[in-house]
Amino acid sequence: MTGERTITVNPEDVKKEILAKYPPKVARKRGKQITPVSSDEKESLQVGANVRTVPGIITQRGCCYAGCKGVIMGPTRDIINLTHGPIGCGFYSWLTRRNQTRPPSDDAENYMTYCFSTDMQDEDIVFGGEKKLKAAIQEAYDIFKPKAISIFSTCPVGLIGDDVHAVAREMKAKLGINIFGFSCEGYKGVSQSAGHHIANNTIFTHVVGLNDTISDAKYKINLLGEYNIGGDAFIIDDLLEKCGISVVSTFSGNSTIDQFANCHTADLNAVMCHRSINYVADMLEIKYGIPWIKISFLGPKSTAQSLRKIAAYFEDQELIDTVEKVIAEEMVPVEAKIKEIKPRCEGKTAMMFVGGSRAHHYQELFWDLGMKVLSAGYEFAHRDDYEGRQVIPDIKIDADSRNIEELEIEPDETRYNPRKTEGQMKALEEKGFQFKAYEGMIPDMAKGSLIVDDISHHETETLIEMYKPDIFCAGIKEKYAVQKHGIPMKQLHSYDSGGPYAVFKGAINFYEEIDRMLNANIWHYLEAPWQKAPELSGKYAAE
Amino acid sequence: MTPSRPYKETPSYTATQNACKMCTPLGASLVFQGIEGCVPLLHGSQGCSTYMRRYLISHFKEPVDIASSNFTEETAVFGGGANLKLAIENVARQYAPSMIGIATTCLSETIGDDVQLILNSMDNSINGTALVHVSTPSYSGTHVDGFHGAVAAVVDRFNPAGKKIVYRPKKKKTINLFPGMLSNEDLRHLKDIFEDFHTPVTILPDYSERLEGPSWQEYQAIQKGGTTLSAIEKMNVSVHSMEFGAVLALAAEKGQATAGAILNKRFGVPCTRLPIPIGVKAMDRFLDTLSQISGQPVPERYKKEKWRVVDTYVDGNKYVSKKRALIYGEEDFVVSMAGFLAEVGIIPVLCASGGKSKTFKAALEQTLPENLIDQIIIQNDMDFTCMEETAAGMPEEMRPELIIGNSKGYAMARRLKIPMVRVGFPIHDRVGGSRILHVGYKGAQQLFDTIVNAILTEKQTESRIGYSYM
Repeated sequence: MTGERTITVNPEDVKKEILAKYPPKVARKRGKQITPVSSDEKESLQVGANVRTVPGIITQRGCCYAGCKGVIMGPTRDIINLTHGPIGCGFYSWLTRRNQTRPPSDDAENYMTYCFSTDMQDEDIVFGGEKKLKAAIQEAYDIFKPKAISIFSTCPVGLIGDDVHAVAREMKAKLGINIFGFSCEGYKGVSQSAGHHIANNTIFTHVVGLNDTISDAKYKINLLGEYNIGGDAFIIDDLLEKCGISVVSTFSGNSTIDQFANCHTADLNAVMCHRSINYVADMLEIKYGIPWIKISFLGPKSTAQSLRKIAAYFEDQELIDTVEKVIAEEMVPVEAKIKEIKPRCEGKTAMMFVGGSRAHHYQELFWDLGMKVLSAGYEFAHRDDYEGRQVIPDIKIDADSRNIEELEIEPDETRYNPRKTEGQMKALEEKGFQFKAYEGMIPDMAKGSLIVDDISHHETETLIEMYKPDIFCAGIKEKYAVQKHGIPMKQLHSYDSGGPYAVFKGAINFYEEIDRMLNANIWHYLEAPWQKAPELSGKYAAE
Repeated sequence: MTPSRPYKETPSYTATQNACKMCTPLGASLVFQGIEGCVPLLHGSQGCSTYMRRYLISHFKEPVDIASSNFTEETAVFGGGANLKLAIENVARQYAPSMIGIATTCLSETIGDDVQLILNSMDNSINGTALVHVSTPSYSGTHVDGFHGAVAAVVDRFNPAGKKIVYRPKKKKTINLFPGMLSNEDLRHLKDIFEDFHTPVTILPDYSERLEGPSWQEYQAIQKGGTTLSAIEKMNVSVHSMEFGAVLALAAEKGQATAGAILNKRFGVPCTRLPIPIGVKAMDRFLDTLSQISGQPVPERYKKEKWRVVDTYVDGNKYVSKKRALIYGEEDFVVSMAGFLAEVGIIPVLCASGGKSKTFKAALEQTLPENLIDQIIIQNDMDFTCMEETAAGMPEEMRPELIIGNSKGYAMARRLKIPMVRVGFPIHDRVGGSRILHVGYKGAQQLFDTIVNAILTEKQTESRIGYSYM
């Protein structure tokens, strides 16, 4: 599965080279986050993830606010997202992620193109900003009459002691619409992951369960952790619809607040990005009795597996048959495209450093083209995203994670309704069906590859120099540095404004994109350094 | 649409909706990118560095590294000194920079970290790397203030009061140029002009090479290019300083310690303040001044360039005359662009900026003819929502027909259905944002052609037939 060609670079050497540049203390710390996959024996491998970035090491990570406002709440279109703070944070998170949305009509609510900020000034820092915040909420209400307003705290807010939650309660009582605040100050947690958690907890507390209307659709699921970059959620929805499966709520691509409010009426939670949302799936199960499964719609094989898994869960032959028919149909153009493109890409190599699950899920699309992944890592994932969910009980709770609230969830008194009895779940499991299972990235990493968590700029350069990949995937911050080396760089955060890349249709787009990037004429005008100075190559060949 | 309020009265809101400004540390980070071997470091949450890198990169489409002291909850409570020191040590070790430019953020400013004290305890350097600090709380001012603040901080650090003047070069008379926030192409053009005047110049900052470099033959920890520290150290022996920006000039008059003012006060280096030389009139003034200071005649090629552009103004006049434009961006940029528009016959009916210097209007009054000032709306501290409402509420005979500014005005232009010409910063929905030439006769030429062509495109699009002669 993970490619045939062996990797000739010794990952231990690469790790040594990377760490040589650091002072001993930093090297020790970074060493835990860099894991060579030296043999096929991978069970003992650990990756020290979700730990603080060392100051001065240029990280690609964002902050808690970015995870909360930009990632989770960014794709919501009918909630007015109001940043409480100086102007920068609001400005920089103003429609910068390429999550798309599709309002029902041109004049329907869509605040995604707006950026609301209290734009705090000196006097607000000195005398407190609550008054201004209240006025801004009142104003937003007067102008837009939205269904909901949410308030995002930036760094100074926590320090000067503005109580955004008290303001939210007061204004909610006054205006009669849903208003809630996020304590997502940038300094909280170690990465944007903390912000995802705060956002999801807040939505769970303030929105989920407010609308009990049960639709009469037959197979109702929620899609958790799909943010509709480049329109992924649109084509996922189309595919599911074709199979007869309806999506009650997507967290949070192309979402509406009413869908969040109604999500507890679904019968299954399908988790895409494990990192950003697995805890919501757990909470929905505990409170409402909805089981969850891990799925992935990236790559045709995973897509097919995921569809089959959903169908198997509902245990309905009609659905199972439809799904098989759809898969067979969709695979025809996918296979034709692979046949066309694979000869031009086969044997080439890739690296990917992105997200909390993309660096894992995207590997399959490269394998389809006969390519190998030399090195991968996440920006903000936790150990379970590398090592699998079985490590969760062993993860040490440190000061940074303790600061992120864990909600105590009890079964809902009236609405807890286990969708499957224990017996039914067990029977499914005996047939090989896995509930809430995720094995993480490690099992898919090839011998000779290197896992690097929270990769820094210097480490990226070392990897490029030693592994000499043919293509590199990360975000815009790495993009132009990588391309200076003559290596094509694909953004997997924003898709370089391309996409969609999900499900079968998206896979075709992705193959074409990789083909274009690897085989474009422009690369003949520049050569990677090792092509000009061949003595650089082969130095680290271990096998 | 009938205006709901008297014309010229602009709406006012509590919240800022779609801001026309960025935060102060972004400006400082850009300046530090324009110094050779310098790594910018933001003292605050890592998100600040990530956001600002992302933003600068989306405009320049080049690598931009900004380090961070990575505040955590503990740091926010107990102070950021230890984190800052560690960050400095790590940056110094990884990058061996000539200088680390340390800008604060709203976080470190709110808790009151005394960065200068921390740096003093390190003798303001580490293994030969100079440490320079600029205070940039993002709740004060805009990215422009951060920009000018950083330029002044760098000049201040390397030209301390009482510095012994070791030599005054006789023959090669160097001029200091503080150009403000211009494009890469602008900076390159300015360098060419000084070269044509056979006059050495120290431009601070100069990010034109570093933020638009070639592919690498070998790995560059810090991309090449930028003003050298040795040149910055010698700014106090230059014969003259020039500072661009009409608003900045008014601030200096009121006592703001700009870079030019510091050198003047400490070392008696005379400082001439000019508007950014956009348009023929402003460029004439710049070249005349340069000719006087350098003692060199204006080279022939610039005379040719000037008459070429004036000739184009004449030929294209029928398309632009009395056209009404909305222009926005940094205050100084808007002032100079408005001057250019006025000279070609376009009326800048709405001049807007997110800055709030309080002298925006005064600077425009110096630049634009009096009769024009009475007709137009000038508004600083304005966001795009107010701008859009103001534009839509103007009487029909005054309503803008052309929008000129950065990418952030696109949504407004789209809703107002008005053609847009992209200039300034940031431009992230087009390629070549950093290659737009605004200054000089050549810049005027290119701006004029682009604007005329935008108008012609609109005409053709609107035409039912689709004529292909103009």
